[in-house]
Amino acid sequence: MEFRFTEEQQMIRDTAESFFADCSTSAAVREAMVTETGYSPQLWQQICNDLYLHAITLPEALGGMGLGYVELVSVMEQMGRYLVCAPYFSTVCQALPALQLAGSEAQVTPWLERVLAGETAALAWIGHEQPGCDAVTARFIETDDGYCLTGDYQLVVDGHSADMLVLAARREGSSGRDGISLFVVDAATAGIERHWTPTLDQTRHLGTVRVDTLQLPANACLGEAGHSGAVLEQVLQLATVALAAEQMGAAQQVQDLAVAYTKEREQFGRPVAGFQAIKHKAADMMLRTEVSRSACYYAACIADEAWRGGTLAAELPEAVAIAKSYCSDACLRNAGEALQMHGGVGFTWEYDVHLYFKRAKSSELMLGSASEHREALAALLLDQEKPTAGDVA
Amino acid sequence: MKLSFSVEDERFRREVADWLDTNLSGEFAQLKFRGGPGDEHSFPAERLRWEQRLAEGGWTCVGWPAAHGGRGCSIEQQVIFFEEYARAGAPGRVGHIGEGLAGPTIIAFGTPEQQARYLPGILAGTELWCQGYSEPGAGSDLANVKTKARFDSERNQWVINGQKVWTSLAHESDYCFVIARTDPESVGHKGLGFFLMKMEQPGIEVRPIQQITGTSEFNEVFFDDAVCDAGDIVGAPGDGWKVAMGLLGFERGVSTLGQQMQFQNELDEVIRTAKANGKDREPMIRQRIAQAHAELKIMRYNSLRVLSGQSGSDGSLQREGLIYKLFWATWHRSLGELAIDVCGQQGQLLAAAPYELTRLQALFLYVRSDTIYGGSNQIQRNIIAERGLEMPREPRPS
Repeated sequence: MEFRFTEEQQMIRDTAESFFADCSTSAAVREAMVTETGYSPQLWQQICNDLYLHAITLPEALGGMGLGYVELVSVMEQMGRYLVCAPYFSTVCQALPALQLAGSEAQVTPWLERVLAGETAALAWIGHEQPGCDAVTARFIETDDGYCLTGDYQLVVDGHSADMLVLAARREGSSGRDGISLFVVDAATAGIERHWTPTLDQTRHLGTVRVDTLQLPANACLGEAGHSGAVLEQVLQLATVALAAEQMGAAQQVQDLAVAYTKEREQFGRPVAGFQAIKHKAADMMLRTEVSRSACYYAACIADEAWRGGTLAAELPEAVAIAKSYCSDACLRNAGEALQMHGGVGFTWEYDVHLYFKRAKSSELMLGSASEHREALAALLLDQEKPTAGDVA
Repeated sequence: MKLSFSVEDERFRREVADWLDTNLSGEFAQLKFRGGPGDEHSFPAERLRWEQRLAEGGWTCVGWPAAHGGRGCSIEQQVIFFEEYARAGAPGRVGHIGEGLAGPTIIAFGTPEQQARYLPGILAGTELWCQGYSEPGAGSDLANVKTKARFDSERNQWVINGQKVWTSLAHESDYCFVIARTDPESVGHKGLGFFLMKMEQPGIEVRPIQQITGTSEFNEVFFDDAVCDAGDIVGAPGDGWKVAMGLLGFERGVSTLGQQMQFQNELDEVIRTAKANGKDREPMIRQRIAQAHAELKIMRYNSLRVLSGQSGSDGSLQREGLIYKLFWATWHRSLGELAIDVCGQQGQLLAAAPYELTRLQALFLYVRSDTIYGGSNQIQRNIIAERGLEMPREPRPS
C-alpha cells in the first residue's frame, strides 16, 4: 500500500503539466475549438512524438510504455486543467482499451501500431441514451465471409474525425450485455457516413457515425462474436475513471483562476479576496477539488488493478461510480462558483471561465451523470443480499 | 501508487482479527458497536477495562515508536489495525485523547521525565486524558485564553486560575492538558504555556454540561488555585501555542481512520434501517445513501493521501489535510439528517421516557456539534482560504 505517486509517475505528471501550460493556452484552445475536427493536428503530433503520452498504456513489446491507469489519470488531470483539445480521450481512453481488452494480440497489433504512429481512433456505441451496454442499438449479422453491420451512432467523441473506429453492435433480438460484438474498421471504409455535431461545449467535438449494411471481414470482429458485452462495460468504466480525472483537473484550474482573479480585483478599496463571502466560496472549492483528487487517485488504483488483472479488479464498478458522481458535481459547482467570483467578466466570451463551465456540464452528462452513478451505487449497496460496501469497516 | 497490501501485512491483518475475535467475548461482548460519537457516555467502566485488555495484548498506541513503548507499526499496519478494529465492532476508545493527542505531544515536545511519567499510563490504558483548550471567551478565537498560570517559586509549582469549557470526558479523566497564560501582559497566541495537570486535586472542579441530547459528554472545568508541578509544563513558558498547534496536526493523523470506522458503523445502521422499513426504495433516500457511502469511502483515501504524503513533522498540513475537518464534520452532519429521515415518522418516537434517545436520534442531534467544535466550519474555511489559498488574512490583535 502506497498512496502517492512514484517518482516516475510524478515525472509523467509534471511533464504533461508544463507542456500543456505552454501549448494549450487560451488562444490555442480558442483557435482549435472552432475548426471542424476540434483540435490542432500539430499539437496532437507533439503529444505523440515529443511526449509519447499516447503510448502510456500500449504494450512494451510494440514500443509502448506498458504503464497503467495511475499514469493515465495523472495525464488526464492535466488535460482537464488546460482544456487540451486533442483526440486523446477518444483514442487512448476509449478506443485503445477496447482494442486491447477485446481483441487477440495478433488481431489488434496492426491497429495498435497505427495508434503508435500517431493515428487517431474513436469508440462508437450509443444508439440511444442508456447506461452501459443498453445504449447499443446497432445490429450485426454473420455472413459467409464476415459480418454485416447496420446502425446509427451518436455522441461519438471525435467520431467524425478519427482515422479508425471501434463499433459496438448487437445480435438481433439480444438485450443488455448479451450478444454484443466490437468491430474495428478503418474510418475511410466506403459506406461509413460521418458528421460533426456542433455542441454546447466547443472544446470536445462529437460526431455521428452511420453504417448501412456495412460488410466487414471476419477478422474485424474483436474476440468472439456476441461475447464482448462485459468487455465494453469495462472499457466504459475505465474511460469514466479517465473522464473523472479530467473533471478533477478542471475543478482545480477554475479554482486557481477564480482565486487569482479575486486577489487582483479591487472593490471598496481592497481585493475582493479579502471578503469572507469570497474566501469561504474559495475554501469550499478547494475542499471539492481535494476530495475529487482523493476519489480519482483511488479510482485510478482500482482501474490499474482491473487493467492488470489484479486482486482489487472487482471493485471497479464501485470506484467508478464514486469518482464520477463526486467529480461531476465538484467540477460543475467549482466552474459555476468561479464564474460567480469573476463577477461580470465571468459572463463574457473573453474570459475562459465559460469554456470550463460548458465543459463541466458536458463531462457531467457523458458516461453517466452524478445521479445515475449514485443510483448505480445505491443498487450495489441496497439491492444485493450482501453489500460490497465498507472497506472502512 | 497502489492499494493492495503485502503478504506480511495481510498476515498482520489476520493476527489483529484473530485477537479481536478472541477477546471481544464474555464481559466485552456487550460493548460491540458501542461508545461511538453520541454514545460516548455508555459503559465507561467496561470500556476502561477493555482499554486495559487491549494494552495486555499490545494493541494500544500501535503507531507510537517502539522506543516509547508503542508497537511501532508501519502506516500500512496502522491502517489495517483500524480497519479490523471496526470490522470486529470493537467499542469506541476511552483512551483516544491520551493515545492520539497527549501522548504524541509529550513524545514530540516533552522532556524525558515527562515521557517516563505519563506515557506508561496511556500505554497501559490505566490513565485517561482530557483536553483543556476552549474557554467561555475563547471559542473560535482560541488564542483569547484568559486562564492564568502564575509560577510560585516557593512551592516550585504553577498556580492555575480560570475556566475551561467543552472538555469531553473530564469527569472520567485522570489528567488534562491545559493552555494557560504564563505572561499576564500578553495577548493572543503569545505568552501561553502548555500544562499537564492532575484532575483530582482541590483546585479543580468539574461540572457536566447537559447537551441537546440530554446526556453529558462535555464539561466545564473550573481552576481555583489549582497546581501543576514545575516539571509539568511542556516546552518553555510562552511556547504553549506552538505545542498546541503541533497537537492539532496529530489530530489529523492515523486516528482519523479510527473515527471513520465509527462513521461506517453508523452508516451501516442507517442502511439496515432503510432496508428494514422500505425507505431504501425511495429514489431520494437512495441518492443520499449512495452519496454518504461515496464520500465516506473517499474520506478514507483522503486520509491515506495525508498519511502517505510528506506533511511536516511539526504537524503542518498539506492541502488534503487542511480540508479534512470541514469535510468530515459536514459529511457527518448530513449523515445525521439522513439517519432521522430513514426512520420516517417513527423517527419521532423515543426509546424510553423521560428522554432516552434511539441511536439514530442521538446521531441526528449529536452531529450538530461536529461543525462547531475543534474549529467551526466558518473558522475552517478561513484557515483553508488563508493557508491553503493564500488569500488575505482576517484582522488579528497585534
